[in-house]
Amino acid sequence: MNHVLTKIAAATIGLCLSAAALAKTEISFYFPVAVGGPITKTIDQYAADFNKENPELNVTPVYSGTYQETIVKVLTAHKAGKPPTAAILLSTDTFTLADEDAIVPIDNFVKTDADRAWMKSFFPAFMLNGQFANMTWGVPFQRSTVVLYWNKDLFKEAGLDPNTPPKNWAETISMGQKLTKKDASGNVTQWGIQVPSSGFPYWLFQGFSTQNDAILANPEGNQVKYDDPNVVAALQYWVDLSKKYGIHPSGVVEWGTTPRDFMEKKVAMIWTTTGNLTNIRSNAKFDFGVAMLPEGKRRGSPTGGGNFFIFKKAAGPEQEGAYKFAKWLTQPERAAQWSIDTGYVAVSPAAYETPALQKYAADFPPALVARDQLPFAVAELSTHDNQRVTKALNDGLQAALTGTKTPEQAMKDAQAEATRLLRPYK
Amino acid sequence: MSSALTSMNSANPVTSASHMSHTRLARGISVLGAWLLALMWITPLLYAIWAAFHPSEFATKLVLNAPVTFANFVSAWEAAPFASYFLNTTILVTGILCMQLVLCTLAAYAFARYEFLGKNILFSLVLIQLMVMPEILIVRNYQTLTQLGLVDTLFGIGLPYFASAFAIFLLRQTFKTIPAELVEAAVMEGASQMQILRHVYIPLAKPVYLAFALVSVSYHWNNFLWPLVVSNSVGSRPLTVGLQVFSSTDQGIDWSIITAATLLTSAPLLIGFLIFQKQFVQSFMRAGIK
Amino acid sequence: MRYHVVRNVYAYLLLLPAFVFLVGFTHYPAMATLLDSFMSTPRAGRAASFVGMQNYQDMLADPIFWKSAINNLWFALATIPVSIALSIGMALWVNDKIAGRSFLRMAYFLPTVLPMIAVANIWIFFYTPGYGLINQVLQALGFSSQNWLGDPGLVLGSVIVVAIWKEAGFFMIFYLAALQALSPSYKEAAQIEGASAWYFFRRIQWPLLMPTTVFVLVNALINAFRMVDHIIVMTKGGPDNASSLILFYLYEIGFKFWDQGYASVLTVVLLLILAVVGLLQFFILDRRTHYQ
Repeated sequence: MNHVLTKIAAATIGLCLSAAALAKTEISFYFPVAVGGPITKTIDQYAADFNKENPELNVTPVYSGTYQETIVKVLTAHKAGKPPTAAILLSTDTFTLADEDAIVPIDNFVKTDADRAWMKSFFPAFMLNGQFANMTWGVPFQRSTVVLYWNKDLFKEAGLDPNTPPKNWAETISMGQKLTKKDASGNVTQWGIQVPSSGFPYWLFQGFSTQNDAILANPEGNQVKYDDPNVVAALQYWVDLSKKYGIHPSGVVEWGTTPRDFMEKKVAMIWTTTGNLTNIRSNAKFDFGVAMLPEGKRRGSPTGGGNFFIFKKAAGPEQEGAYKFAKWLTQPERAAQWSIDTGYVAVSPAAYETPALQKYAADFPPALVARDQLPFAVAELSTHDNQRVTKALNDGLQAALTGTKTPEQAMKDAQAEATRLLRPYK
Repeated sequence: MSSALTSMNSANPVTSASHMSHTRLARGISVLGAWLLALMWITPLLYAIWAAFHPSEFATKLVLNAPVTFANFVSAWEAAPFASYFLNTTILVTGILCMQLVLCTLAAYAFARYEFLGKNILFSLVLIQLMVMPEILIVRNYQTLTQLGLVDTLFGIGLPYFASAFAIFLLRQTFKTIPAELVEAAVMEGASQMQILRHVYIPLAKPVYLAFALVSVSYHWNNFLWPLVVSNSVGSRPLTVGLQVFSSTDQGIDWSIITAATLLTSAPLLIGFLIFQKQFVQSFMRAGIK
Repeated sequence: MRYHVVRNVYAYLLLLPAFVFLVGFTHYPAMATLLDSFMSTPRAGRAASFVGMQNYQDMLADPIFWKSAINNLWFALATIPVSIALSIGMALWVNDKIAGRSFLRMAYFLPTVLPMIAVANIWIFFYTPGYGLINQVLQALGFSSQNWLGDPGLVLGSVIVVAIWKEAGFFMIFYLAALQALSPSYKEAAQIEGASAWYFFRRIQWPLLMPTTVFVLVNALINAFRMVDHIIVMTKGGPDNASSLILFYLYEIGFKFWDQGYASVLTVVLLLILAVVGLLQFFILDRRTHYQ
């Protein structure tokens, strides 16, 4: 009897050990997509490649919608005690995630010199939103700036030099007026310029406000200046593009259809993320250019896009696995390939030195525009209780753009709401 | 028809020839109105079919000789795990229906056949759920799921719907109309309570069961808000949430692929409806008759 | 009447499984939400504490709440009569011996069978400025393109149209059932009397359809506060909350901002509205209905 039992025990232990050896560390990875193109396929491919190179790890990518939908899903899961191991989320969600005690600082995993070098390898502009309290909470992955796309054919038709985009606010107006076409009954068939204002108008608006020399929030994330006169003036300029100069559609302009509007030649110039570059390049049947945003008092654009975060409730080995995945994703060669596939800015200067990206940029110079704009880029608007404080600004922007409120009143109301929301964080 | 008209003519002097043509005109306009409305009503589906079968460039241009293609369906199918979504929705809908049938039959039986203390109060409590659906109490119900550890599971999505007030109401109504003689006959043969339920009540209520099944399946196949909140990953994501995540406008809208995905996900219900139109309509009608 | 004890227990046992779920997901959460509405929102590091009517006061002072409530009121006032009227018309047409009534019935009922999510994207295309279908038609007729979903003055109307389109066919079915249950002798009598179709409808069919109308009305009222799928997909409440409805705002507060206290208050408001609907049905409408 003892003999049999020992045998069974040995077999069981043996099975358990081999199972443990075969057991992979599961890493669930939520990611959003905010740009056109076969992004989910690309991410799935990256995960498959990583899993092959690291057989003891198993990354499962989960596409979870837009940035807003992804943060909802992630926080929902976190509050239920079952967060993903890692996720790509807006860099601006850093405060919210830290307040909910959902993420671990990346510094926890930085142990070797190689690690430290890696942390320093990113563009400084992209590190701005992920750092506070002297720690780095997320590393850049799909980052962008807003850029201006212009239709060279339509420029030629309007008698403008197809290779010269507007340099500043005044030229935007003058060129826009030449590019706006109307039909016999006075309806506009082609707009001069279109800046999206649905969903998250604050991001596009930061272009205008930065160019007018205003910063919307402080680095601590507990104070905003929506009612600063420069901010109001910037909003007035945006409103005037449609109200006064008639070169911009009235009302709210949809983010999702703006690239399509551009490709359908309904508009000659658009502002949108550089992440749409590859999408537009593949689908536009005309020659187009990409430029930095026009200058106001200065050049400016917000940075945008998503950082890579690691979650606290995940087990230790899973977190380490996720860290490894983060490093793998942001390797110069891979960052370069990601940039080529999408149009996002490659997250490190080293990526731009790789042969792949150098060749691509030589063939297609617009790929470098967003990077060249980085010296003028500022941190994206980010505060505690970020979703709600941003909503106050979004509502105000939409109210002004639809004419429901004057820019001054809209910003004043937004400021009041934001101050109320941020009071507990001072 | 003509004889009725003549009899109407002769029976009532008011019905003159001009009145007849006036009525015919009114009727003609009425028929035209019915058809116009129907065409308007079906336009969205027609557009979806148009865009799904033509390449992207023609999605917004209604050019008659545009090339027809199936590529959009292929792209849509490959772009998201629709197979998983289909499986999830099927499991969800079937599971919910089974639980509803069992739980609500028992409850309806109790209300229909027994007298007991607090019967009216308990029935009023049931009626409350006719008005207050689980989505209204979404925040609290979500917390309940969290405490049960059922977030991000199909079971969790189905849980609040297992007891359907509508089913209890409908079945109670039906059970009450079962002729007393049949029940007495079964009692005299020595049948137990459960046997009476199984052999007398349930078979006679079959049409109502079918009616309710179709209503329940349609409702839960198309349910969105609660599954949106409860599901996070693909393993528990049903079709509706999968479709919404897939056609998220931030991605840049490709109408051809989105409409292809839309048709794919609506196909089962659509085809089922087109084939079993009569039954569908009868079911909803039966479900509505109080 | 003496209650047989054993049969009493048996009945309770039959009811138990269903009631576990009913109470668990309807009655218990309703009570718990009421209690939660008097507590502050718990955050990491700060547990919930009793704050009395503070959350209610915040809600009454919140312009977005009022916007959502007023929007919801307009939404109800517009969708309910129009969809009921359309559904009666549809039922009369389908019940009548018109050519192609099978096609008509299918066309009217189809929107009910499709998931709202599926059709929302199609409607987004219809409403797109410039090359959207409706604007293409408008421009062909010489009118200018409108920004149906981006103009605060138009957006609520636009989503109301989608809601009516989805609902009318569903209500048609109930009217169809009722019409088919009407005795044909009424119609014969009316024809002999030479009554016009309108007279026949107004004096005979409409009163006899009252029970159905009550049923449909209550359903429509509940739906007016329950339907938010199309808002989530098409407008996300914008622009500037012009299409925000109470349940949608509740969803944002609860699952985007994680403000539990405030979300509970909004839930209580919804519950009160539904309670009013229930009482309305019970006391007023049921009394005034003419039953056959």
